[in-house]
Amino acid sequence: MLSSGCETRHQKIVIFVALLIVLLAMIAPIFAPHDPLEPNFMHILEKPSSTYLFGTDQVGRCILSRILHGAKVSLGMTFFLLSLVFVLGVTIGLIAALSGGFMDMLLMRLVDTVLAFPDIVFAIAVVGILGPGIVNTILALAVIWWTKYARLTRMLVMSVKNTEYIQSAKMAGVWGLDLIFRYILPNIISPLIVQLAMDIGGMMLALAGLSFLGLGVQPPTPEWGSMLSEGKAYIQTAPWLLLYPGLAIFIVVGVFNILGDRMRDLLDPKNMQSN
Amino acid sequence: MKRYFISRSLQMLMVMLTVSFFTFGLSHLSPSDPAEIMLLSHDTMPTEELLERTRAEMGLNETFLVQYFKWLRNVLRGDLGESYAFKKPVITIIAHRIGMTFRLAFGALLILVTTSLSLGILSAIKQNKIADYLIRGLSFGAISMPSFWLGLILIYCFAVKLHWFKIADQYAFASIFLPSLTLAIPLTGKYIRQIRAAVLDEYTKDYVIGARARGIREHRIIWGHVLPNAMLSILTLLGLSVAFLIGGTAIVENIFSWPGLGTMALNAITNRDYPILQAYVLFMAFIYVGVNYMVDIVSQMLYPMLKEEAGV
Repeated sequence: MLSSGCETRHQKIVIFVALLIVLLAMIAPIFAPHDPLEPNFMHILEKPSSTYLFGTDQVGRCILSRILHGAKVSLGMTFFLLSLVFVLGVTIGLIAALSGGFMDMLLMRLVDTVLAFPDIVFAIAVVGILGPGIVNTILALAVIWWTKYARLTRMLVMSVKNTEYIQSAKMAGVWGLDLIFRYILPNIISPLIVQLAMDIGGMMLALAGLSFLGLGVQPPTPEWGSMLSEGKAYIQTAPWLLLYPGLAIFIVVGVFNILGDRMRDLLDPKNMQSN
Repeated sequence: MKRYFISRSLQMLMVMLTVSFFTFGLSHLSPSDPAEIMLLSHDTMPTEELLERTRAEMGLNETFLVQYFKWLRNVLRGDLGESYAFKKPVITIIAHRIGMTFRLAFGALLILVTTSLSLGILSAIKQNKIADYLIRGLSFGAISMPSFWLGLILIYCFAVKLHWFKIADQYAFASIFLPSLTLAIPLTGKYIRQIRAAVLDEYTKDYVIGARARGIREHRIIWGHVLPNAMLSILTLLGLSVAFLIGGTAIVENIFSWPGLGTMALNAITNRDYPILQAYVLFMAFIYVGVNYMVDIVSQMLYPMLKEEAGV
């Protein structure tokens, strides 16, 4: 695929839209026309109208306002969790690859074990045992997801470890953190960033899914997954309770998935032909 | 082959052992006292004296490792403990429910494999034609689709509006269709893309150009050479996606009130029924590890020229 002018413009638009979503999520409180938490029993289950653009829910809260506030919760959790697993995974991957031997084996066996648990199943168990809530959900997903980055980092470090420039840097007396930050990381960071970008959508879906199951974000905090869960009972009478939060997840996840794909095409030339 | 088989089997057993250790450790993170839950579930007032006796009976006073080995011995005998809420052996409850989850997963797998294989291959063969763009667009949408929303949309369209399906009757063919579809669609999107990539990857290799130059018909190149060679990456993919399928069942079962293992686990959370949760995780992890083991063995059997590397 040639990187023509059209292609670059495409990329700019995607990045712009993604940034717009993040910005919108941060300033949601200014935009939201109503209080997302305040019940209003005069306006229960109202159809979308000019006052309530997306309608109201079972206790009369404005769905649009709840979606806007929910963006902050969803994106905030996703980015926090991804930064956490990224730092944790890369650090452990570096330790495994650079120390080698027994330490490497031990860490990689740990990774194998953790990867044997399907992530949602593991999260259900952890949250089930520790109790539902945001903190435990983040904990459960973090325990699983760091392994992905650890494995990738280890593989990448292994592939550059014995190259000439690393060897010569070592011979020139560069050591420890200096070697890692100035010579190793800059050379392996692109694939890691690509992975990170491609994981945003998936992570968001996992978090929303757990909230949908009643394990993650707890009502009345506005979150898209839990809004769907609450709206489920009104599928026959008030389908707009389900339409808008679901659409919000779909669109935002879609945009970040496109972003991930574009980043991969941009930074990881090896994969370009396949897509 | 034999060497690979043995080392891969040993590796699987190792992983299963550590998985069991982790699973057992997990239930020890619980903030509540199992003895207390046990007594309360039997409608007994937990006095201090009674608690002490129950703890001793349940073996909770022994060291962690002793407890683990006792538990492991029981698990190997098929004894996964007793459910607090149902006062029945956990294994009976799982046996009762597992058929429903398998039915759902099998239905989804059927849809997944047939749809993604045909569409993925079609998309690769028709690269950059209308069919390709259409399939790529659809598969992209499917990936970004939250399964819990998709399920609700399907219920709304086909059950609420059109009355084609009844959600309540789990034994009719029609009622298994919507849950299976919900479970399959997000994965199908992912598969189509990767099958397309795998086929295209093979399709651009020199031997294909060579075959074409020798005048071999296009459909023979595709069915006789490209697909069999692309099959390996497709097979590996299938193994890895089982985790997604297993995790997905919990969400889909919840939407459709499907009485399978996922619903069982979610009910167990409400009841603080830890033995059930523990068995659920152990069971699902074992299935996942087992399926990947089988995929590896089958790949090795079909493609003996693969480098014999174990423990990757």
